[in-house]
Amino acid sequence: MNKLNFLKPDKNNLNIYLYTGSILIIISILDVFLSSFFKINATNFLPETLSLFLPLLFGLIGLHLVRIEFSGIKYLDLLNKNINTNNFNGLLTLLIIFMIILAAPPALSWFIFDANISGDTKDACTGTGACWTYIKVWFRRFMYGMYPNELQWRINVSFIILVALAFVGYFAGEKLKKFLTLYYVIIYPIIAYILIYYLISGGAFGLEWVETGAWGGLSLTFIVSFFCLIFCFPIGMLLALGRRSSLPTIKYFSVGFIEFWRGVPLITVLFMSSVMFPMFLPEDFFMDKLVRVIIAISLFEAAYVAEVIRGGLQALPRGQYDAAKSLGMGYWKMHIFVILPQALKLVIPGIANTFLALVKDTPLIFVVGLMEIAGMLGLAKTNPKWLGFAMEGYVFAAIIFWIICYAMSKYSYNLEIKYKTER
Amino acid sequence: MNNTVKKLIPQLITLFAIILVFGFFTYNAQINMDNRGIEFGYGFLKQESSFDVQFSLIEYDGSHSYARAYLVGLLNTLLVSFIGIILSTIIGVIVGIARLSPNYLIKNTAAFYVEFFRNIPLLLQIFFWYFAALRALPLPQDAEAWFGSTYMTIKGYYVPLFVWNNLDVFLYSILAAIISIVIIRSYAKKIQENEGKQLPVLYISLGLLILLPLLSFVIGGVNLEIKTPVLKQLSATGFIFEPALSLPPELIALVLALSLYTATFIAECVRAGIQGVSKGQKEAAASIGLTPRQVLKLVIMPQALRIIIPPTTNQYLNLTKNSSLAAAIAYPDLVLVFAGTALMQTGRAIEIVSITMLTYLSISLSISVLMNWYNKKIAIKEK
Repeated sequence: MNKLNFLKPDKNNLNIYLYTGSILIIISILDVFLSSFFKINATNFLPETLSLFLPLLFGLIGLHLVRIEFSGIKYLDLLNKNINTNNFNGLLTLLIIFMIILAAPPALSWFIFDANISGDTKDACTGTGACWTYIKVWFRRFMYGMYPNELQWRINVSFIILVALAFVGYFAGEKLKKFLTLYYVIIYPIIAYILIYYLISGGAFGLEWVETGAWGGLSLTFIVSFFCLIFCFPIGMLLALGRRSSLPTIKYFSVGFIEFWRGVPLITVLFMSSVMFPMFLPEDFFMDKLVRVIIAISLFEAAYVAEVIRGGLQALPRGQYDAAKSLGMGYWKMHIFVILPQALKLVIPGIANTFLALVKDTPLIFVVGLMEIAGMLGLAKTNPKWLGFAMEGYVFAAIIFWIICYAMSKYSYNLEIKYKTER
Repeated sequence: MNNTVKKLIPQLITLFAIILVFGFFTYNAQINMDNRGIEFGYGFLKQESSFDVQFSLIEYDGSHSYARAYLVGLLNTLLVSFIGIILSTIIGVIVGIARLSPNYLIKNTAAFYVEFFRNIPLLLQIFFWYFAALRALPLPQDAEAWFGSTYMTIKGYYVPLFVWNNLDVFLYSILAAIISIVIIRSYAKKIQENEGKQLPVLYISLGLLILLPLLSFVIGGVNLEIKTPVLKQLSATGFIFEPALSLPPELIALVLALSLYTATFIAECVRAGIQGVSKGQKEAAASIGLTPRQVLKLVIMPQALRIIIPPTTNQYLNLTKNSSLAAAIAYPDLVLVFAGTALMQTGRAIEIVSITMLTYLSISLSISVLMNWYNKKIAIKEK
């Protein structure tokens, strides 16, 4: 038997170190686990401060003892390499594990075990956890705003049609492929506008008129981001071309326009659209608040899109321009058929990120009185019958937005990978 | 000739269109303002504002002018941005480095943090902290002390009040320390270049930074009195802490949300910067005999910073612009005080919104100009 040196564990007495270390680690985790899940303080005979640090100390010593290089045991080596490279790493590992164990019971009990979902009134919420009844009762308001309940199918139908039409590109045959750009840039937005105008807004074909003030909730978030997305792209493209133009007037106008919108916060732009812009219009001319907001956000995001596209234009080698010019192409022909297709492909991830920012910015429209989901939450939490459920509402909205934004960012990441390998 | 005309026509058309649109807008604005009996002008800034602001860094009440109210709002905006920038930088750098850790758990915790906070709209986060999390705090009479004598309550965070005597002497001493450090640094550099001798600049700087302010206490007559908060009853149920510096919950919610949100972006910048320095640089530096600290200071950091700083400044700018979301939870920043209350009272939409936008624009542009200057300074000088 070799001499044991607990300060410097080695391979010779592997099992002894391994067993002592494992037992210490298990004791430390078990102690935290018991006190967290079952409220049993196994070390309450000790002073409070000591019993708090004891599991940490035990775990650290345990991790130190099992830190044996090239032990030959697959899982031990894996453990040492990944979470236990040195004392500092081991400490952080332990802290993270303890934090997860300590946070799990309160989080689980709030979300699931002590939460209520049955019933239709506030009285149904008796537990100490979340009151999902509140979300259940207000669900339609969070989704559709003040839109009349019996007419909400119109929103659903138009969204389903719009999504279906967006996927046309995947099924188009070879012959129709060349018309796809035309379809997405011009025809699709027009169809979308007609759908939303006649189906959601109504007022014709025997459909009841619903004013835009009643629109709201998540569906309004979708409508606003959808239209801004469609409008800001062509404007941004023109601005990007303008900024690289050799004509001074156009160039300086584009530069000024882009820098202006990029320099101000969206909230002031929205204020401008709601209080300042009406002053600039003829007196008898009325423009809907929603339309003004969509114009404002589109111009705002267009400046960001323009900068992203400019990056793509700058990244293209000069040879592409020269080659196109030597073929006798004019400015527009060169850009439409040679430059833009390549430049846009380069900046797809950047544009996806801008659109992601756009979706995250839409809740802001509540400052001008449009009741999308953040606005509806504000309304619901001040309702006298449902006071005190702000937490549930914001957690709910956060989960929805998180799912949407996370999916978008993962998609843009995939696009980035896809287009990176092709070049 | 033909070419000149070809270039002139689109420009003239653009110019004409711009003038037309602007002319149309000004014409309408003129008519609208005539109808409402408002005259365009910035004279209202000197008028008495007659509204109160609940949190202000400078002396202000209703008897001051609108210009003063504007200044109050601007200072509050700058305060939030300043604290937010410092906190988000600290969190961002730690998380960014943690994302590159060899430790599986740390790496994934950092990644989880970034993915979690980045994908939730900032406005919802601010609302969450303000309406949900901070509302769950205890009332002043039930609050327990944190770190000895600070109290986190539903009415805000109460910290001990520092009462300074001769504060200006103290500030001058710090200024003097900074100036002398700059001089010593340039002198040390000169010595190193001429004689190859290295002066312990870091220790001298630290010593100066501590010694000079200390001297100001001993000689300059500066003294500091710390007043710890004590619970005081105002009415049957109303309690506050006095004397104390109270940070309002709006400020706390805003700073928390802004810094946690922006830190995710800064973390990504830091990660990209460190990953952007190739491994060969580190090995080359080590092979010519530099110590690990020198490698980090002279080889890795300058290159990493070159990648990190431009996007990070962009994030600072975003943070400053995003601080305007304060208006949503009634923190008296520029947008709420000036574009909100002042606009409501005076009805001067064009003047006030334009001043507000110009203020943000000039902050943005001045930072961009600084950034471009810095970028040029640190760019690789190819010979």
